[in-house]
Amino acid sequence: MTDLLSRHSFVELGARQRARALLDSGTFRELIDPFQRVMSPWLSRQGVVPQADDGVVIAKGSIAGLPVVIAAIEGNFQGGSLGEVGGAKIAGALELAAEDNRKGIETRAVLLLETGGVRLQEANLGLAAIADIHAAIVDLRQYRPVIGVVAGSVGCFGGMSIAAGLCSYLVVTREARLGLNGPQVIEQEAGLEEYDSRDRPFIWSLTGGEQRFNSGLADRYVADDVAQLQQTVTALLQQGVPAQQRSRQAEHYLARLNELDASPHIDAATVRALYQGERS
Amino acid sequence: MRGLQWFNALSAGAAAVAGLPASLKVADGMLGGQPVRFIAVVTDPDNRFPRARTGEVGLLEGWGLAKAVDDAIARGDQRPIIAIVDVPSQAYGRREEALGIHQALAAAADSYARARLAGHPVIALLVGKAMSGAFLAHGYQANRLIALRDPGVMVHAMGKASAARVTLRSVEELEALAASVPPMAYDIESFASLGLLWETLSVSQIEQPTADDVARVGDCLLKAIRDVDGRDLSGRLGASNRAASSHVRQLLREQW
Repeated sequence: MTDLLSRHSFVELGARQRARALLDSGTFRELIDPFQRVMSPWLSRQGVVPQADDGVVIAKGSIAGLPVVIAAIEGNFQGGSLGEVGGAKIAGALELAAEDNRKGIETRAVLLLETGGVRLQEANLGLAAIADIHAAIVDLRQYRPVIGVVAGSVGCFGGMSIAAGLCSYLVVTREARLGLNGPQVIEQEAGLEEYDSRDRPFIWSLTGGEQRFNSGLADRYVADDVAQLQQTVTALLQQGVPAQQRSRQAEHYLARLNELDASPHIDAATVRALYQGERS
Repeated sequence: MRGLQWFNALSAGAAAVAGLPASLKVADGMLGGQPVRFIAVVTDPDNRFPRARTGEVGLLEGWGLAKAVDDAIARGDQRPIIAIVDVPSQAYGRREEALGIHQALAAAADSYARARLAGHPVIALLVGKAMSGAFLAHGYQANRLIALRDPGVMVHAMGKASAARVTLRSVEELEALAASVPPMAYDIESFASLGLLWETLSVSQIEQPTADDVARVGDCLLKAIRDVDGRDLSGRLGASNRAASSHVRQLLREQW
């Protein structure tokens, strides 16, 4: 009980507060802040009210004294979807971080991912920006860790779930969900029999943070607590780049998939046993 | 079937690369006297994963693409990689989500990006659909994108029915908006206006390419390979319909 009372929820914080909470006190400096009003050029003409930061906060600062850039997506604006401006903010920040490293400045990156993926009102420009984000993560990751955090409550979907899969390390909470396709879209494309988007326990059992961690598709599983997230991110930043990237284990995953009987529908335990064996 | 037709036509006489899922066609051939690797995702009616039988990029395809590209990188000769793109979508299914299709697609994007960073010219040739996650995994990390001009060639983030449902619009409303908002459109001309394509070209028979079609496309691929002068994606910036992408980068640099 004492433990619960002393916790401060990270999930309840907005994007800007999350970035501030992770950075060393007094080091938060936002780039292209909302007062500069760099907004989506595409939303107004579709009757959607744009937001002054386009739902993405880019902040520079330090964590445990290490130079860091944080890109935080605001899940409350348009479901955290990425359009041209928000996507370019993340891609551009990662590109500059990689450039820093080539000049001997050891900038790391932390991505706070609460996103449904591409913003459909800006469809192809969102998709192009996400391809740029993928490219920039793979580039920066060569030098310094890129840490993805899916805290909740939006979760991380679409092309940005691929970005999560490219990160050096991925941190999830129990409130997190991680998957390529949103439940509604799967139901639309494949039918209710395949995926019932209203069956929340079923969806969480397959794509929730705990399951992703227990099947080896995330690196850390932490409580929804500012201090714990801060400690976890700090430790990962200090650890440096991982010996083996998850996204570079094609032989391993192809071998596991070859062992699977793919005819019946599968459950969470099957996935854990297949991918993780000893840990589940 | 377009992807398979173009793969077969361009890779005639090439050596097939074995040890990959049946839904992938991979071969090492010659283009203008230069060794290149061709990669296509094709239909496989016997795919063990039922939601990936008609050309979708699913679990086996994502990890398999990663393997095929990693293998090209391991050769150490920086051979150009030609991704032939005709992918209707990623695989939508319960097995796919449960088994982490996002990670499989990440592996494919990872390998293509690393090939580009390692100095392989990576060229994507769009001959059919290039949809959403499937395109992110197979093609979108290329140094240069080339599209054939044809109504069947399209790039988009989501099929119309699903996009309508998610944005709470009717398909008709969505189509009306797409006509006036270039990034929302499904046609290749609108996509070209975003500045993401290096070249578009017309052929006489896109479904069954003639010898002349194949020669012209091969020539265009060679030009694209020779045009590659860097290892990043900055060549895609600059179009007026994508001005904000450049503006944001400029501001970030000033404030960095």
